[in-house]
Amino acid sequence: MIRIENLSKSFTLHNQGGAVIPVMAGAHLTVEPGECVALTGNSGAGKSTLMRMIYGNYLAAAGSIRVGDLDVVTAEPREIIALRRETLGYVSQFLRVVPRVPALDVVAEPLLAIGTDRTAAQARARDLLARLNIPERLWSLSPTTFSGGEQQRVNIARGFAHAYPALLLDEPTASLDATNREVVLSLIEEAKARGAAIVGIFHDAEARERVADRVIDVSAFTPRRAA
Amino acid sequence: MTPLLSVRGLRKTYGGRIGCEDVSFDLYPGEVMGIVGESGSGKSTLLNCMAGHLAPDAGEVLFDTRDRGPVDTLRMSEPERRMLGRTDWAFVHQNARDGLRMSVSAGGNVGERLMAVGARHYGDIRGKALDWLDRVEIAADRVDDRPSAFSGGMQQRLQIARNLVTGPRLVFMDEPTGGLDVSVQARLLDLLRGLVREMGLSAIIVTHDLAVVRLLADRIMVMKGGRVVEAGLTDQVLDDPQHAYSQLLVSSVLQV
Amino acid sequence: MSDYNFAYLDEQTKRMIRRAILKGIAIPGYQVPFASREMPMPYGWGTGGVQVTAACLTPDDRLKVIDQGADDTTNAVSIRKFFERTAEVATTTVTSEASVIQTRHRIPEEALSEDQILVYQVPIPEPLRFLEPRETETRKMHALEEYGLMHVKLYEDIARHGHIATSYAYPVKVEGRYVMDPSPIPKFDNPKLEMAAIQLFGAGREQRIYAIPPYTQVVSLDFEDHPFEATKAPAPCDLCGAGDSYLDEVITDDEGGRMFVCSDTDFCTTRQAAGHRGRLSPIEEATA
Repeated sequence: MIRIENLSKSFTLHNQGGAVIPVMAGAHLTVEPGECVALTGNSGAGKSTLMRMIYGNYLAAAGSIRVGDLDVVTAEPREIIALRRETLGYVSQFLRVVPRVPALDVVAEPLLAIGTDRTAAQARARDLLARLNIPERLWSLSPTTFSGGEQQRVNIARGFAHAYPALLLDEPTASLDATNREVVLSLIEEAKARGAAIVGIFHDAEARERVADRVIDVSAFTPRRAA
Repeated sequence: MTPLLSVRGLRKTYGGRIGCEDVSFDLYPGEVMGIVGESGSGKSTLLNCMAGHLAPDAGEVLFDTRDRGPVDTLRMSEPERRMLGRTDWAFVHQNARDGLRMSVSAGGNVGERLMAVGARHYGDIRGKALDWLDRVEIAADRVDDRPSAFSGGMQQRLQIARNLVTGPRLVFMDEPTGGLDVSVQARLLDLLRGLVREMGLSAIIVTHDLAVVRLLADRIMVMKGGRVVEAGLTDQVLDDPQHAYSQLLVSSVLQV
Repeated sequence: MSDYNFAYLDEQTKRMIRRAILKGIAIPGYQVPFASREMPMPYGWGTGGVQVTAACLTPDDRLKVIDQGADDTTNAVSIRKFFERTAEVATTTVTSEASVIQTRHRIPEEALSEDQILVYQVPIPEPLRFLEPRETETRKMHALEEYGLMHVKLYEDIARHGHIATSYAYPVKVEGRYVMDPSPIPKFDNPKLEMAAIQLFGAGREQRIYAIPPYTQVVSLDFEDHPFEATKAPAPCDLCGAGDSYLDEVITDDEGGRMFVCSDTDFCTTRQAAGHRGRLSPIEEATA
């Protein structure tokens, strides 16, 4: 489902004397449907960078990233948007929403975007919010006013609303209590069971043990510094 | 898929000075594109050239018309272009006063485009005007008030209703949230996002506010000195800008 | 013979005005620019109408001048005298006897015939001016037949008053093409714009001439659910008893007393001479 070949990435800081910082070279990674791959490595090794490149958020310098039939590296913006709408979900660490939009609509939005009717989309959103223990009285409020943990759970609900064939999870269990952590892990297991290909970053070793089929250390992709 | 709008090699100079140069892109149905850059970077010149308010020196602006397919709007006859401006195109000005008739009631402002395309039933026109006022969150009892009695945010929402009432396919927006305070901006952005999705609108939004494009635009073009220096997916350009100027622009935004 | 050229204006000027008139007749409802001359009367006193009349008059013509339907108001009297002196044409107050009628704000009640010319004095010829102040833009709108704005004006009327409250200078569409301001005639007169006589409109200050040829289709703008209505005061004339003429309201005392009289004085006196009587007709005549 996800196939990464010979991927490299560097940052050029034009406004700091044109410094070029290579951050990744020769990255390879394959994720099959129903498989969960965990990325590991020290902080700064490039876990998030790799994830963002798969999502099209960072531009790759060379190589290819195929998600389904699309090569994200060379795709047009509208192709990436279609990919994100239908195929590739991303649960980031931070919730970014338009102010004023109620939590229920935030969660339902990915479903509305693929043309699900409003009633069905909201039913699914209600389900997820209830499962993640967001009190019902908060559903009609904008999540911008929620606590960090609540925002994170809204974010997860939104990420799991549509059954994406491929999912990127960036620390999905961070800052959650035991009960909600359990809910999230079972959501991930359900996604795997229906055949989703998952790439995740889990600092929580226990969680990683439980859901990941393989572990990839991204330090292997760090370019060797020219000494 | 045929692009809704194809811009090819657009150039506009003011004497020896470049307004915009060598601008080409395709906009597909349902896409929202932001044009960002500092004041004087040529983004408004570009918008006005595309919308037919300014005559460019060179280039093509092909629009996929309903009946004849892609037509170069710059070579269209004036009546045709003006008709397009009343039907499939809409233009939202930064200053609502430029886009509204200040001496005509809110209902009349919204109804004008309907009457311009032949609506002749008062009850229907008024019904549609009320429906649209509701969609842009203006109370029904303000329908007979003049926009001069409205706040800046309401005027801007009224302008949007007036533009969208005939169900256009392409909307040009020039700093639609400029000059509004932040809470009013947020409300307007939320409204615009909803309308864009519900109506399947394509839009080109000129702004210098990166937060606005992040929320509204699927993709952006960064302009400097009349040229496009970088273009791509909105979050990609904002989070991983490649060009020196884009990096400067992104890093210049104050964090809240 | 006075020292003036016939009908005051020099022959070249009259030719220029006649060309504008002919163009106006050829394009019904279209406003033709012309080089309006200074006239020996102030703007607003009918300088446009006077120039058109001067260009139309021949020594054999018989002229009638009315102001708000009346032959005896200052404006009507002074213009009539002006042409008596500068053109030495015959004048009359009888509608059917006149070959040229200059009017301000009315169309005579009596139907006009093919050998008559009706000349209107026009203050503001541009019907779109109310909502669009730019002349360049209104010209373009006429050229491209973009008349939606006219209905915005009517919409505003209904929104504000519950009905189309425009009661004079009510916009019309001429022969399915140009939207035209019929000058400030009451909308009661609008249906009469389709007539046998030639109608010429002159705006002196605004330097425009336009025309409606005989038997031209003239449609008053309206909405499907708010159709055009030619309205008048709901009463008969108190002097001649006519129930189908346009009426002026005259306040007669400080206690709310009032009367309605025909605004067309010739029409009213002709009827009275024929024995018609109204509510307030002098008693001795009623018994005579």
